[in-house]
Amino acid sequence: MNISRRWLEGFLRRPLDPADVAARLAALGATVDAIEPLHPGLEQVVVALVREVRPHPNADRLRLCDVDDGSGTPRSVVCGAPNVTARCKYPFAPVGATLPGGLTLERRKIRGEVSEGMLCSARELGLGQEHDGILELTTDAAPGTPFLKAMPIADERLVVDVTPNRPDLLGHKGVARELAYSFGTTYRLPAVPGSDGPSMPSPVRAGSEGVTGGVRVAIEDAEGCPRFLGAVLRGVTVGPSPEWLRARVESAGMRSISNVVDATNCVMLELNQPMHAYDVSRLEGHAVIARRARAGERLTTLDGAERTLAESMTVIADGTSVIGVAGVMGGAHSEVGPATTDLFLECAYFEPRRVRATRKALNLSSEASYRFERGVDRWNGPEVLRRAVEIIQATAGGALDGEPIDLQPQVAHPPRIFLRPARVAQVLGVDVPWDAIERYLVAIGATVVSKPEDGRIAVDVPGWRPDLLAEIDLIEEVARLHGYDNFPTELRPFRVGELPSALSEELDAAIRRGLVAEGLYEVQSLPLGPEDGPGAVRLLNPLSAEEGYLRTRLLPGLVRRVEGNWAAHTRDVRLFELGTTFRLGRPGEPPAEERRVAGVVTGAREPAHWSGAGKAPDADPWDLRSLFEAAAALAHPGATVQVDGGEWVAIAKGGLEVGRAGPLNGDAPPWAGLLLGFELLIDGAPRSVSGFKPLPGTPAAARDLSLLVPAGLAAADLGEAIRKAGGKLVESVDVLDEYRGAGVPAGHRGLAFRLRYRAPDRTLRDQEVDASVTKVLKVLREQHGIELRAS
Amino acid sequence: MAESHPQSLLDALRPRLAAVPGLDAAALEAEQIAVLGRKSGALTALLRSLATLAPEEKRAVGAAANELRQAFEAAFEARASALASDSAGAKAAGLDLTMPGRRRWVGAEHPVTRVVDEICEIFHGLGFNRAVGPEAETEWMNFGALNFPADHPAMDMHDTFYLDVGGDARPGDGKAVLLRTHTSPVQIRTMMAGPPPYRVVIPGVVYRKDPFDPSHAPVFAQIEGLAVDEGISFVDLKGTLLHFARQFFSPSTTVRFRPSFFPFTEPSAEMDVSCFLCQGSGCSACKGTGWMEILGCGMVHPTVLEHCKVDPERFTGFAFGMGPQRIAMLRYGIPDIRLLYEGDMRFLGQLGRAG
Repeated sequence: MNISRRWLEGFLRRPLDPADVAARLAALGATVDAIEPLHPGLEQVVVALVREVRPHPNADRLRLCDVDDGSGTPRSVVCGAPNVTARCKYPFAPVGATLPGGLTLERRKIRGEVSEGMLCSARELGLGQEHDGILELTTDAAPGTPFLKAMPIADERLVVDVTPNRPDLLGHKGVARELAYSFGTTYRLPAVPGSDGPSMPSPVRAGSEGVTGGVRVAIEDAEGCPRFLGAVLRGVTVGPSPEWLRARVESAGMRSISNVVDATNCVMLELNQPMHAYDVSRLEGHAVIARRARAGERLTTLDGAERTLAESMTVIADGTSVIGVAGVMGGAHSEVGPATTDLFLECAYFEPRRVRATRKALNLSSEASYRFERGVDRWNGPEVLRRAVEIIQATAGGALDGEPIDLQPQVAHPPRIFLRPARVAQVLGVDVPWDAIERYLVAIGATVVSKPEDGRIAVDVPGWRPDLLAEIDLIEEVARLHGYDNFPTELRPFRVGELPSALSEELDAAIRRGLVAEGLYEVQSLPLGPEDGPGAVRLLNPLSAEEGYLRTRLLPGLVRRVEGNWAAHTRDVRLFELGTTFRLGRPGEPPAEERRVAGVVTGAREPAHWSGAGKAPDADPWDLRSLFEAAAALAHPGATVQVDGGEWVAIAKGGLEVGRAGPLNGDAPPWAGLLLGFELLIDGAPRSVSGFKPLPGTPAAARDLSLLVPAGLAAADLGEAIRKAGGKLVESVDVLDEYRGAGVPAGHRGLAFRLRYRAPDRTLRDQEVDASVTKVLKVLREQHGIELRAS
Repeated sequence: MAESHPQSLLDALRPRLAAVPGLDAAALEAEQIAVLGRKSGALTALLRSLATLAPEEKRAVGAAANELRQAFEAAFEARASALASDSAGAKAAGLDLTMPGRRRWVGAEHPVTRVVDEICEIFHGLGFNRAVGPEAETEWMNFGALNFPADHPAMDMHDTFYLDVGGDARPGDGKAVLLRTHTSPVQIRTMMAGPPPYRVVIPGVVYRKDPFDPSHAPVFAQIEGLAVDEGISFVDLKGTLLHFARQFFSPSTTVRFRPSFFPFTEPSAEMDVSCFLCQGSGCSACKGTGWMEILGCGMVHPTVLEHCKVDPERFTGFAFGMGPQRIAMLRYGIPDIRLLYEGDMRFLGQLGRAG
């Protein structure tokens, strides 16, 4: 909401500093996002007195002026305006000043005569379109006084961030009410220039039908339109707005259209009640009816678009067709124009949800719909109509035809709320004295209808606060006006929560620590992307097609992050991500969510060092395997890593595949290393604690076996065979070396294993170990056809 | 060979002890074998032969022999370590110690993870445990249960992604499935799970239909907190959050509370902290105000408690929520939120070492 500082001053009758106003509003809950000076570029313009006017010797239409700009040095100015008059005051832009249009004034000769500045027209100052002549000022200000100080046009626009619960702040009066409390003062509607005060008689109340000024007014849709006020003004002269009215609507950021339209907008900006004026001559059948639209009815709205209406929408119609979408926008046909002489003024209360639904269905937002959706003051129609009639009569003339009409099929009252001072203390933590509570409630416009009785008071809330519906709403008002910063700030004793911390958070943290220890950076990427697998969940309203689905896997997103690094010429990339993936569940129900972890590595295995001539070997599948095993141990303890085709898989107890690791494809530049990655499902079960195992107190004995192994025999199987044949004393069997080349027959490879033996209770004798090795070699020879490799 | 008398053997060995400090590495090894070698060492043999002596002689010679063995052992060890350090020193003399050391890859948690953990830890110290919940929810859990009036402008504050999950639910009917726009549904889940007291912090990812720009992302992190018990008031809310601000930012941090609006709290507030970059004197980060808007908070709305079968007349509580990304950006001076999502190694490496 745009609020004019000058307009507020009219309500509060005191000078206001915009920064101070912003601070006061913020303390009361309305943040001011920006303070925008209106009329920027006029800072250097001053009031100047023209002492003498002489004809220009070389030009018929130019004059030479002797100007006093307060500097003490008379200025000689060439002026082309026909209205320049000696002993009058005008806005003067001295040499060096830059005007709103961007013109910077210089001392120059015009037809041979020196001109030291410019006497300005309203248009040159950005104050209007009139270019008939320079702007004559009626002011007592001495020459040299800054123009903005001398003239009542300086203004600032405060851009107020109004929360959806506070429609009253969408009008200057509501903001003035808050400030009046803050200043401890009163506020009232500013006087209308050219008016002797409001003169409209009280509207005549009726049910769902009545007549005013010869126009039949009816409510046929009381649900969508619970209240409708109308008045007929005849003999108005539609034309441009006077300066004060134009300045008001423009100060709030609206466009000035005509005196009548500006008057209704002015009232909306003051009182937060949108109005509409119809040209009576365009009303078929002399009728204005609030009813539901009929299926297929059409209307060309004020923005020039033709719209098809639905039966769910409330509309305003004349005797034959729709003339406006209720609370959203009027129709073009009955629009007030220069030829209009008779007006029908509408001031209605439209049901907020109906307006919202209609606005959304038509995809048509307006100042009116924004306000009706949030809720206007249902009980303020007479004041609004009186104000509108006063402004129109002062600016466009005309006379009321008969008494205005006020239709209410069902009379309603603002709610009455009971407030318990004890409850105030319970929620706010301190006792707020009863007289203070009453003072706060009165300040927001509520009526305290009873003194405390049975520990509670009855409060009638004002019509402009539709957010006040229950006791807690009043407690918030008490806290707000008391001032949040005036409550104590104490860390009082508390009971701790009984729920244990979420296990998944602890598991995530442990996995993160583990992968950081592996030298990987954590990334957080968008869970949205293109469809990446079966069961992917589609977004109904995505931002873009590339982000149209929820991810079912983490790796595609990580590969995109690697590609981003490649694009930045980073070759060594090591990343992991912990995140949620989604898969379609049962129809109509939220998707199944899984917690997963994935990692990618590419480029050097370790940072290059001079000792290796600046080269470090690239990460290869064996780096991936150890990373995968480490990650699997964290994410899914008990899962075993197995070979599946050209990749590794992690298989949980029970046989379920819970992870996969292998080479990946990415959009790789030629200089990129092999891209390797893994992804694992995280087991959400509690982790078992692995207990202490006594450290060995006896020495181990090691034996290395260098074997000639035929193709097709896997190292893992061979290791297992060795372990089995070696008996209970074998502690570990590790692959030491693989060799292919000279001395190894085709179809074979050399594999060296290191066997470690240990007995828990004694030092092993050489003979025991040798006997086991002999047995191992015998089994290998007899069952697998494997011999020791001749060295 | 004549049977040597043990005593004379000892006397013959003793002078060789004095020569040990002058031996080079090879001679030292030879002498160790000659004197103390397991198989053929002279002193070893002598000690072995003690068993054959008469008791008195055994006592006299044995003590002396053992003493000599210990002296030799000490001398050999001292010489060996002297030789070792000589050799290291000699090598070091040829090294250029200004050459860079050997590094290894060092990983790091995401800066936002670190901020989340730090915040959760501070609240953990105030008795708050972590709670989490699903990222896809029904409309009712995300809005209705949290006192968002159906089809109310308050909904406009949350631009929502809806999911195509089949079935006949439609946006607006409460059953439609969406991506949560805040972590607040976990408040509901927490309260539905059992009776008060509740004291939880809720870290999580939330979704809003905002295109990426320097300060907005369609998916971002949030931390909420919830404390509900008998006797919890606005004073506790202020005290708890001031304590948090001082722990997280600095002990001299000041805070201010401004009225605000959230459907699920009342009274509602925004908490500003004194700018931790300029200490409140005004800078570009705080737009010259000296204050930074850090979190939204308020007293849990009675309607929300009722939806969770918690008696609002007996129990009261407060809730709060903040954006760790925004806090991380302010803390580290990150100008664009997109940097937090791009996974750029240079960025992550830079902030991996930041405090």
